[in-house]
Amino acid sequence: MLDTFVTTLAEAQRAGRRPRRWWSPRLADRVFAGAVAAFAAAIVLLTVLIAWELWRGSAAARHAFGFGFITSTQWDPVAGVFGAAPFIYGTVVTAIVALLLAGPIGIGAAIFLTELAPRAARGPVGFLVEMLAAIPSVIYGLWALFVLVPVVRTHLQPFLAENLGFLPLFSGPKYGVGLLSAALVLTVMILPTVTAISQSVLAAVPRGQREAAHALAATRWEVITGVSLPFARSGIAGALILGLGRALGETMAVTMVIGNRPGISPSLFALGDTMASVIANQFNEADSALFTSVLVEIALLLFVVTVLLNLGARLLVWRLTPHAGKR
Amino acid sequence: MVRRVISWWRLSGLLVLALTAVLNPAVASAQRNVTLTGAGSSFDNPLFTKAFSEYTKQHSDVRVNYQSVGSGAGIKQLTEKTVDFGATDAPMNDEQLKAAGGADAVVHIPVTLGAVAITYNLPSVKEPLKLDGETVAGIFLGEITKWNDDKITALNPGVDLPGTDIAVVTRSDGSGTTNIFTTYLASVSETWKSKVGAGTSVKWPVGIGAKGSEGVAGQVKQLEGAVTYVELSYASQNQLATAQIKNSAGTFVAPSAAGATACANAAAQTMPDDLRIMIAGCAGDDPAIYPVSGFSWVVLYTDQKDATKGQALVTVLDWLIHDGQQYGADLDYAPLPGSVVAKATAKLQTVTANGRPLLAASPAA
Repeated sequence: MLDTFVTTLAEAQRAGRRPRRWWSPRLADRVFAGAVAAFAAAIVLLTVLIAWELWRGSAAARHAFGFGFITSTQWDPVAGVFGAAPFIYGTVVTAIVALLLAGPIGIGAAIFLTELAPRAARGPVGFLVEMLAAIPSVIYGLWALFVLVPVVRTHLQPFLAENLGFLPLFSGPKYGVGLLSAALVLTVMILPTVTAISQSVLAAVPRGQREAAHALAATRWEVITGVSLPFARSGIAGALILGLGRALGETMAVTMVIGNRPGISPSLFALGDTMASVIANQFNEADSALFTSVLVEIALLLFVVTVLLNLGARLLVWRLTPHAGKR
Repeated sequence: MVRRVISWWRLSGLLVLALTAVLNPAVASAQRNVTLTGAGSSFDNPLFTKAFSEYTKQHSDVRVNYQSVGSGAGIKQLTEKTVDFGATDAPMNDEQLKAAGGADAVVHIPVTLGAVAITYNLPSVKEPLKLDGETVAGIFLGEITKWNDDKITALNPGVDLPGTDIAVVTRSDGSGTTNIFTTYLASVSETWKSKVGAGTSVKWPVGIGAKGSEGVAGQVKQLEGAVTYVELSYASQNQLATAQIKNSAGTFVAPSAAGATACANAAAQTMPDDLRIMIAGCAGDDPAIYPVSGFSWVVLYTDQKDATKGQALVTVLDWLIHDGQQYGADLDYAPLPGSVVAKATAKLQTVTANGRPLLAASPAA
């Protein structure tokens, strides 16, 4: 079978044409291209359908509150008055603080693992990092509630208040739970994503380039900053965007430690709430059609915020990497 | 190989025997195997799991599948007719009734009672704290902020209360427990009624929100000076310190199943025809009354489309409010008082299929 195929192919090439069979490679190519195009289309369609469904489901809330919903801080289910601002604030603040902390740590760890760590250590450490990514979020939540929160309340918050208390960021009563703890547990949760992807990207830096730099008497630091990081820049940005996505959508772990009190305060010590966690908390027992619709609108806003932050991050990457478009 | 063939033969013979054994009585009996599905309140879930499995032991032809998805979701599923009955800790509101087809389309059958305990973390206080409605409302409104506030010390003569800050912890998820607790606060405090109101989810004036009974209890355990509310079964299973609440007869009563039953009995006289009533804050001269209590209901359609299923459903529910009550005792569910059982039975008798009542007028044995 294979022999005949090879012979036919050889003959055909000699004759300057491709073999004509019903399973001709050209047809197979077309079927394959069609199939993968359908898969890609399915993803687009799914996104559009989700957006459409959220738009439709939130009709009652949109009519009742209009654009004021986004800026209103009122949240009173008994009176039927709702506003999304505290939840948007909580989601964005916790995700961004988490990214600011996890970014440097994750990239640093990836650099260590690819450039500096002894070869024997790379495998096991890389494996452990990937295992961290597989832990269910409720486990992170329980750990945060029983281990992280007491440490934050008795050590971290007093320390920050004493040394940086002049900043409004670190003021107010020290509950332990709140925006700070939520951001910290998110940091731990997105760290494996950022590290693992950055590590793969850095490992893909061509050896020749690195060796060439070393041959030019570059120091290790110069190789890392001058060769590896520029080469991996867009991949690392992708890792950060994925981490941000996980932080924005995380529900269980955040709900358990954020204090679930809608409000906007400049302090990271304050209690807060996020879009994902208010949906998880309220959806089952939402007892009026308007309340349900409000929660769907919050889901729609979460969708919009995620898209906007992703676009922002991507634009930033394009600005930073002139060659990103070519890769 | 040979052995395997023999065992296959044997196996298929057994299978045929088993099949005939299963199929024969089913064909012979008038009532076919029925599977009923219900969804709703997670508070009811332990009771239903226990009681319905006992029922199936006694009546092998009826099975009940119950999904513990939350009261609101249970009502939604009933309205969409994807389940045979719903279970809820808060009676359906007018909007929900309208969506289900009107006030008469659905009946509410009270099936059990729960009490809500007020629990706190004060290691230095050994005897149970005594509180009255005004004080509890003051604490949850954020007006009383220290444990040695005059209002609390006046109720607890001889108890050395610390000057710790009170840290209020509340449920962040919508919950029937919150509904009972806030209904109680609204009944004892005008300020609470006008500022916050009652519901499964409210705008709390102060405090940390935590998800689920385990969430609030976990927070209270960690924070000295914290106070919260949990359903009685959770408090007693975890041996949490609970406050005694002053009732309308002037006695301080610890949360208990008997206290909830007394509360329901006191409220039974004022029960409306559709049995939709929040009894928290109940008043009467019975000194056993624990006022932070509430019913849980099963909701079902008055007109059952499938006569066989409808018949099985009302029979199970009738059993649940009579003989089935005993299975709640170990799980800290309060049994319905006789006065309420009578009303609930009468309500079940109004359920029909094709215009015919499904439950005989005489009460079940």
